[in-house]
Amino acid sequence: MLAPDQDSLKRTPLHDLHVSLGGKMVPFAGYDMPVQYPAGVLKEHLHTRTSAGLFDVSHMGQIALRPKSGKVEDAARALERLVPQDIVAIAPGRQRYAQFTNADGGILDDLMVANFGDHLFLVVNAACKAEDEAHLRAHLSDDCVIDSLADRALVAVQGPKAESALAKFCAEAPAMKFMDAGPHKVAGLDCFVSRSGYTGEDGFEISVPAADAERLAKTLLENPDVLPIGLGARDSLRLEAGLCLYGHDIDTATTPVEAALEWSVQKSRRIGGARAGGFPGAEKILAHFDQGAGRRRVGLRAEGRAPVREGALLFADATSAAPIGTVTSGGFGPSLNAPVAMGYVPTALGALGTSLFAEVRGQRLPLTVAAMPFVKNTYKR
Amino acid sequence: MTTTLYTSDHEWLAIEGDVATVGITDYAQQQLGDVVFVELPKLGRVLKKAEAAAVVESVKAASDVYAPVTGEVLETNAALAAEPALVNTDAQGAAWFFKIKIADKSELGGLMDEAAYKAHTA
Repeated sequence: MLAPDQDSLKRTPLHDLHVSLGGKMVPFAGYDMPVQYPAGVLKEHLHTRTSAGLFDVSHMGQIALRPKSGKVEDAARALERLVPQDIVAIAPGRQRYAQFTNADGGILDDLMVANFGDHLFLVVNAACKAEDEAHLRAHLSDDCVIDSLADRALVAVQGPKAESALAKFCAEAPAMKFMDAGPHKVAGLDCFVSRSGYTGEDGFEISVPAADAERLAKTLLENPDVLPIGLGARDSLRLEAGLCLYGHDIDTATTPVEAALEWSVQKSRRIGGARAGGFPGAEKILAHFDQGAGRRRVGLRAEGRAPVREGALLFADATSAAPIGTVTSGGFGPSLNAPVAMGYVPTALGALGTSLFAEVRGQRLPLTVAAMPFVKNTYKR
Repeated sequence: MTTTLYTSDHEWLAIEGDVATVGITDYAQQQLGDVVFVELPKLGRVLKKAEAAAVVESVKAASDVYAPVTGEVLETNAALAAEPALVNTDAQGAAWFFKIKIADKSELGGLMDEAAYKAHTA
């Protein structure tokens, strides 16, 4: 495959702002995105944990699912054909984490689904958005109009001062709870606001018309508590929070049970539930619920300071020749001032406290299976 | 009398007699970003020119540091284990990586002086 050349990369509505803020631009999921600003990944990460960070996530896909019947429950029932989550039970003004699954029980993408009263609002990964949209059109077109909201940007404000930063421009924001979501005015602009994010911190994601995105971002950045944060810190923040990165920690070959995402599959869709099964790969996924899966995504902490990165092979002991698993995400956790990683291991070796080894540059480094999130999350429940 | 030379891989060598002190350049540390871990070669190891000698890791990625010349590792900088961020604050001073006994001075011929290195990174 050819490396994407700079000219073919897409730009978000905040591209000019990133460049003017000194963002170091890199190709990511087909977009020219800031990996960091002059403050650097470490400071950006720590600032988000202690104050507030502003992230441009406009590369992600935003899709409205509008029921042809006019009843949002019909859109919810239709979407349940593609995901193992209880979508019908999402109350108006609420949001839920979900996965599109395939016939083998693997994960095609992970997404957020919000109930906006008369339609569903979906946020999907940038790299998967074209396939997701085609998937929705292929399977739900009888029941829903699939409306790609390509004219909207998406901005996240994350961290302990996110609420106060947003409250000045959105009076309803402070009263929102974790995973509340709905249309709200922000600085007079027609936005969709959810109290959620990808950092483990309290915070908000704000969908804003593309034409107004720069005005909104600049308005929020006038607050000295709020710094722009690049993709580098976004990754280290989500890793410390134990959150999966699609294409790395979860993919078409991992089931939600293997990925330790059982919490995201409600009882109503499991065996014995009111609407058990009925999603792609249900047979395999429900069998994993019933009998367990052979392997599992676990958190890993290293004893030393050397980061253990994606692709490192895992071993049961210091000498055995055969690897037992692989690291799927790993790096340095700035808030822990220590390396953190996650990876897949045989379920029998996945208990908390299990000693394992990772091979890094020909050396076996000791690791311990550790609880995730690595950093306590601060969601406002 | 110390002579400082540079490699195209962004290492500097401060040469005194037949000993070179090796580190990465200020330009290199800026490109890497916040350094969180440095792995240094073992004392006494004989490095071959251009072989991976050390590893410098930022939050995001690991990068190899190559031996700029062939020779035996005489000393490594213990301060980097305790404070990897020294690489960001004083790359061409306190954050030296290792000292190497130059086996063949003719290998220095391919290296750049400061003016040539500046042109290389311009």
